[in-house]
Amino acid sequence: MTLIDLANPTKFLSLTGRVLPWLAGATAILLLVGLYQAAIAPDDYQQGATVKIMFIHVPNAWLSMFVWGVMSIAALGTLVWRHPLADVAAKAAAPIGAAFTFLALVTGSLWGRPMWGTYWEWDARLTSVLVLFLMYLGLMALWRAVDDPSRAARAAAVLTLVGAINLPIIKFSVDWWNTLHQPASVMRMGGPSLDKAFLIPLLVMAIGFSLLFVTLHLAAMRNEILRRRVRSLQMMQASQQAA
Amino acid sequence: MTAITALIRRDIKIALRVGGGALIGVLFFLTVTVLMPFAIGPDLALLTRLGPAILWLGALLASLLTLDRLFTADHEDGSLDLIVMGQTPLELACAAKALAHWLAAGVPLIVATPMLGLLLNLDGEATSAVALTLLVGTPALTFTGMIGAALAVTLHRGGLLLAVLVLPLSIPVLIFGVSASQAAITGPLAFGTPFSILCALSLVSLVVGPFAAAASLRHGLD
Repeated sequence: MTLIDLANPTKFLSLTGRVLPWLAGATAILLLVGLYQAAIAPDDYQQGATVKIMFIHVPNAWLSMFVWGVMSIAALGTLVWRHPLADVAAKAAAPIGAAFTFLALVTGSLWGRPMWGTYWEWDARLTSVLVLFLMYLGLMALWRAVDDPSRAARAAAVLTLVGAINLPIIKFSVDWWNTLHQPASVMRMGGPSLDKAFLIPLLVMAIGFSLLFVTLHLAAMRNEILRRRVRSLQMMQASQQAA
Repeated sequence: MTAITALIRRDIKIALRVGGGALIGVLFFLTVTVLMPFAIGPDLALLTRLGPAILWLGALLASLLTLDRLFTADHEDGSLDLIVMGQTPLELACAAKALAHWLAAGVPLIVATPMLGLLLNLDGEATSAVALTLLVGTPALTFTGMIGAALAVTLHRGGLLLAVLVLPLSIPVLIFGVSASQAAITGPLAFGTPFSILCALSLVSLVVGPFAAAASLRHGLD
């Protein structure tokens, strides 16, 4: 089973149909375990109970960038390899990524209010994530503006690859500019600086959210394939009636 | 080489002649700048403080306004297809078109800046700082905007979409352009740091813009 075999939408549908329930189950279990661990995690000596926002905020923020990465690979699949499912993958991922980005912004804002004293601050990390959110919305607008899916796919692929320049800027914004948002404390040189009591629930939540993305993405791809089939059937019916 | 210079000269000629619309950008720039004091109030001290930001916003919107022209007219009369099929590499042709567009529509904005600076109560030093940052920053606006223009022309009705796609990409240019001008006027930051980042943004867009626009035209036109 290689990536080429999956190019056949029927094979893709049957495979994902078998895999999806297991993925959904694993997602639910991991998220429940993660939430429980987060709930019993100790309060931070400075931040009190508000530190628990981290267990939602950080996975969402990671995924907001990860989804754009997935879309960039799919964009390469569209432009370079002409994989038939690449544009389905890219199209299905955009609203999910936008939702993760929106949640990261909202939870960060709610966390910032008690900690920084403000809902919003124009610092480099917040601004670059907001730009990412705007680019997700622009990409979705692009998908909606064109009725021919393959034409929209190629335009969206170019835009996705250009937007990928923003990802390293987001990642390193806290190192390049010394601003309000704290620097990286998990994925950094010399290992995580986070205490184990926080790190383990955070990682469980991160894996849980990643599985949630995979589940939602596969389901959205299935929907998109079925939607295209319905559309082509309707077109066929319409042309038969006209003839 | 002659093909590229010929393309640049042709584009500049078309842009400056009747129906070209390159100078509409300057008129728009002037109007936006004149509108601002009505919205903010004729407080000269406040206008001095906001001046660089107003000029940068006006230049950004004015360059966005004329971007639509970059490929649309050529697409309508078919010369864009000739450029795509021609022997000149499409990336170079796109870069040449963007350069011509910048010379015809971007440079007038910079020339108009000193006069608009007077309206906003900016002194000579501040005006020259804004003009210098615009000189370095507007190529980045044109070359990133070209990506949006190329996407929009392949989608047939991309006018409104162009603004939505291009504006997020131009945010870094705006940030560093304004902060470099502010640094030159009031400090306390050094002028060099944001200014060199602005130069870097322009250089990056000079590389990325033509390739992305050419890819979009190659895959999008049928």
